[in-house]
Amino acid sequence: MSQILPAIVSILFHGVAYAMILYVVSVGLSVTMGLMGFANLAHGVFAMFGGYITVNLMNDYGVPFLPALVVAVVVVAAASVVLERLLYAKLYNAGEIEQVLFTIGLIFMSIAVTKFLWGPSPQHLTLPDSLKGEIQILGRSFPTYRAFIIVLGCVIAFSLWAAIERTRFGARIRASVDNRRMAKSVGINTDRLFSLSFALGSGLAALGGGVGAEILAIHPAYAIEHLVYFLIVVSVGGMGSIRGPFLAALLLGVSDTACKYLFPEIGAFFIYVALFAALLWRPAGLFGRA
Amino acid sequence: MVLPLPLTRSKPTAESPVEFMARSHRLRWYELLPWVVAAGAFLVYPSYLALGAQVMIMVLFALSLDLIMGYAGIVTLGHAAFFGVGAYTAGLLAVHGWGEPISALFVSAAVAGVVGAISGYIVLRTTGLTLLMLTLAVVSMLNEAANKAGSITGGADGLQGITLQPLLGLFRFDLYGRVAYIYCALVLFAVWLLVRLLVHSPFGRSLTGVRENLVRMHAIGAPVHRRMVTAYAIGAALAGIAGALQAQTTQFVALNVMSFDLSGAVLIMLILGGVGRLYGAFLGAPLYMVAQDMLSRLDPVYWFFWIGLLLVMVVMFARGGVLGVGDVIWHRLKK
Repeated sequence: MSQILPAIVSILFHGVAYAMILYVVSVGLSVTMGLMGFANLAHGVFAMFGGYITVNLMNDYGVPFLPALVVAVVVVAAASVVLERLLYAKLYNAGEIEQVLFTIGLIFMSIAVTKFLWGPSPQHLTLPDSLKGEIQILGRSFPTYRAFIIVLGCVIAFSLWAAIERTRFGARIRASVDNRRMAKSVGINTDRLFSLSFALGSGLAALGGGVGAEILAIHPAYAIEHLVYFLIVVSVGGMGSIRGPFLAALLLGVSDTACKYLFPEIGAFFIYVALFAALLWRPAGLFGRA
Repeated sequence: MVLPLPLTRSKPTAESPVEFMARSHRLRWYELLPWVVAAGAFLVYPSYLALGAQVMIMVLFALSLDLIMGYAGIVTLGHAAFFGVGAYTAGLLAVHGWGEPISALFVSAAVAGVVGAISGYIVLRTTGLTLLMLTLAVVSMLNEAANKAGSITGGADGLQGITLQPLLGLFRFDLYGRVAYIYCALVLFAVWLLVRLLVHSPFGRSLTGVRENLVRMHAIGAPVHRRMVTAYAIGAALAGIAGALQAQTTQFVALNVMSFDLSGAVLIMLILGGVGRLYGAFLGAPLYMVAQDMLSRLDPVYWFFWIGLLLVMVVMFARGGVLGVGDVIWHRLKK
């Protein structure tokens, strides 16, 4: 008994930290999907660049952790708006095949670009001293870095929820997700709304990539390697919602950590079998609004 | 029951639906071009036959995707799963003493078809991003399974020790790949005939209906889900044949036959040639392989960039691929 409880606590702790990273990276994709129905497979690219910029600024230019994160978020968000206006916007009315191929093309290009700029090997985040070591909670010690991630994830989830449910901007987004044409006809500038939420989503992805660099290692194939997990969070959570991806990410993060810890040989299969069962039961996602 | 047309619109030259179907099914002269090219290449480039066989396998693979994506309109990121299942089935059969190639092809097609039917039944209940994710999950899951079951599949080292009996008991697979080339060409020809028959059949027409107007197909009572699963399973079986051919002709199965990379590559081949036109695969697969070969020689480290850029350019400026652009030019010239 004395063996089991620490194991459960440890799995929960690591699983929730992992879930927070998955959530922060994927939530933007959920909004993009819900607003425009755009199948943006290249969403992970933004997270990857966020991670690269953060790590690079810290290691090569000695910039502290937090300013490096801020720069990464701003740069990636700005770049994503340029991409969105120049390229993505031309494909909103195109078929799913075109969107998928376009974003796969972006992924391929991002692999080559990151290899060119930073080489093929994984990048390591040097944590600031304040995040190293362990903290004591209820007589147990936990890694500070993961505790920080959990707190940050919860703060972001709460702020997003408040922004979507309690502000005018959020009301516009909800209206556009429910019925884009109606929202347009009552005078909501859906194009600008979409650019803004696209930038917000990419910026959050960059933040997730930077903060989570020690959990999801930053390397050129990042966007492909973790694509399934980002998509699972969005699909199981239900498109266009804020709460859904949060719950889905928690479910995925904790169960994935538990399976890999308890059954290292066949752990991945449990996740996939559960995934198929869940979506066979509710094809529109477990926590969707519809 | 045939409704009388309004008098003003009835023309004596109006084509009946039967005539339209018969006309679109009729064989045109240019449909024989790929086979002329294949035969010509055999005579002109005897030292490139192994590459030629590879190209035909990829054409077959892209053709199987065209049935699923081009005709039934199902966008999938996991088509390589069935290629891989076919390759491992044929490979394992040969390793364990079933060296007869043609029956092994049928077995591989059956196994891949069953995997396609089961996974299709589940994944095709969803649409959009969820469908994309599930197709990707199937390929990741099978890849993981093949990797973990190293004692059976060889894991990351690949499956080795494939030995084949002579084709039909008569033709031994030779070092120059002559028999392999002809074998691939004949299998591709048979599959092409089958797919051509399928897409012009009422079944194929109803698939096009599902792609073009899902709501209407539901409204007229077509069994949409069953049609899609059937098409998905047939496409999977044909991809399994392509995989089996690959295992037999290269006598090796690598773990990356089931990967996102291969699924992506076959999507690109099809989009380069043209989706939903039966001949997109014949143009796109050779084009992709030549482009990949040239780019990886010019720029061995960063050729991925150029493939990605090519893809973005095609989507932005040349939807419909080579055949689509050809169509546009042809219609401009006719005017």
